[in-house]
Amino acid sequence: MEIALSSQLQMQAVIERPRRRRRSRKSIIPGFGLTMGFTLAWLSLIVLIPLSALFLRAAGLGWSEFLAVGFSERAMAAYRISFGTVLAAAVINGVFGLLTAWVFVRYEFPGKRVLNAMVDLPFALPTAVAGIALTALYSPNGWVGRFLEPLGIKVAYTPIGITIALIFIGLPFIVRSVEPVLADVRVDVEDAALSLGARPWQVFARVILPAIMPALLTGFALALARGIGEYGSVIFIAGNMPFKSEIAPLLIVTQLEQYDYAAATAIATVMLLASFAMLLVINGIQAWTRRKVDQ
Amino acid sequence: MISLHHISKSFGAFAALHNVDLTVRDGEFLALLGPSGSGKTTLLRIIAGLAFPDEGYVRFNGEDVTELPVAERKVGFVFQQYALFKHMTVLDNVGFGLSVRSRAQRPSRAKIRARARELLDLVQLDGLGDRYPAQLSGGQQQRVALARALAVEPQLLLLDEPFGALDAKVRKELRRWLRQLHEQMGLTSIFVTHDQEEALELADRVVVLDRGVIEQIGTPEEVYMAPRSGFVSGFVGDCNSLPVTVRGGRAQFEDQALDVAVDRLRDGNARLDFRPHDVVLSENGHGLPLHVSGVYRRGGSWRVEGTVNSSGQIVEIDLDADQPAPQLGSQLAFSITRARVFAVERAH
Repeated sequence: MEIALSSQLQMQAVIERPRRRRRSRKSIIPGFGLTMGFTLAWLSLIVLIPLSALFLRAAGLGWSEFLAVGFSERAMAAYRISFGTVLAAAVINGVFGLLTAWVFVRYEFPGKRVLNAMVDLPFALPTAVAGIALTALYSPNGWVGRFLEPLGIKVAYTPIGITIALIFIGLPFIVRSVEPVLADVRVDVEDAALSLGARPWQVFARVILPAIMPALLTGFALALARGIGEYGSVIFIAGNMPFKSEIAPLLIVTQLEQYDYAAATAIATVMLLASFAMLLVINGIQAWTRRKVDQ
Repeated sequence: MISLHHISKSFGAFAALHNVDLTVRDGEFLALLGPSGSGKTTLLRIIAGLAFPDEGYVRFNGEDVTELPVAERKVGFVFQQYALFKHMTVLDNVGFGLSVRSRAQRPSRAKIRARARELLDLVQLDGLGDRYPAQLSGGQQQRVALARALAVEPQLLLLDEPFGALDAKVRKELRRWLRQLHEQMGLTSIFVTHDQEEALELADRVVVLDRGVIEQIGTPEEVYMAPRSGFVSGFVGDCNSLPVTVRGGRAQFEDQALDVAVDRLRDGNARLDFRPHDVVLSENGHGLPLHVSGVYRRGGSWRVEGTVNSSGQIVEIDLDADQPAPQLGSQLAFSITRARVFAVERAH
């Protein structure tokens, strides 16, 4: 309610301003009213109405039952696994995606275009294909798993496997977010830092990283959001053992298969709220770093 | 004292610098002047340690620094586009050089801020320390870049096209102010420019570069009044060129003998250069004819444009603006009072 009210107030403020200035300044874009109205209608149709249907459905469950289903031990384990692996994958992607973007922006080498196109493959590939391929690689008798098995490292059918699948899915988000911004960091800024006596790691930490931080966070948030909803590539490699390697989206599907729609929506609602909270926090950090860069 | 010996540098097949020798005296204000692609910026970057020569060596006070990276040369470098750190406040920008020092040499946080404030006072930006670079005008950003470079107390200040991106009025003020600062701080300064006016106004000595070779080194007066090559003559100051033939030590333009002595040139085709102000109108109609095609005021004189022959060779001459301006389409006659003749060389 509070959010709706404040946004209404904001809208009024925004609507009033152009009215006063109508004579002095004409915008190229056709009317604020029309575009805003269309945006709101579109968002409602595509996002808000389906989501409210979800909440309504979950509300039908009653409060105590909602808590019992949404926060059951099995559901809690699934949330832990889901959010834990997604966070781990996004952090790892943050590091290696940045490195990949760096190589693409800063160096010329044969095959760069082909390699660059390959970064987008996880976008295009049906996720089940990725899941099957990764499982074949990392299962105990797969090409890679076979060498990890004697070392006591189990990848397939563990959270490590889930994380690997999520890294695969999330990589393009980081690379594509960071690349253009990194290309914008002028080399003379680095030269300037060097000429002032900075060591290379200081140039990176104090000059380059702050400049690309907003973009890196955008990529991080996108990878995170994508990873939380990811299903197809994960279920093959996860093994889906309750309390061990069962992700929350799978738990939802399991409930659906048992025609327990109320339980499915309850778990979905908890996930939705948690994801929303997480994205909100990242957005906040992002706005803060961006304010420093874009002053 | 800085000395460069036999410096050569290529980028792929392109020879940016070829066998350059140069000595810079302590306390000197030196201009590297040349068109784009002449190698002037490459030379500056080699002195700074931001680029390294393929051949030759660089010495600071007799000590070989050729292999020393920029961080260890103790130079201040001001970049063409200022290269300020956008995400830092002005104060943090200025203090950056001190804050990246190793812990043993690093002043306290408070001292760094105090020093940065002093420098902002020096560049007349006191009170703007908490702003971000994007909130400043071009001229202000330029001065922040300068303050930042001075914070590490360099003996040598290097400036790459320092006034290139500024409008004419700000540029003039900053020039004068930079000259003062240079003297006040006892720095040795080298700046790169493609603007001959800037070089002549500001520098103690001017180094004229073309295609990776030094064409001439001299005071602004020497370079302007006694250019050693056709390139320098054409590049520094306004200049008219006429194709002439040399016969028996005299220059001749088409059928007309000119009153210009030529020595050290063999008979044959040559190029005669004269400045627009080195002419007088002839009363009796003798001299070169000029069909006036354009007139505009240039301060205290008329700049008159016209053709001197049927083939449409264009020259510009300056006439005293106390006299009425010549009519468009009229014909004048003038003689050249001071000129230099150069052998016809590689085309520019």
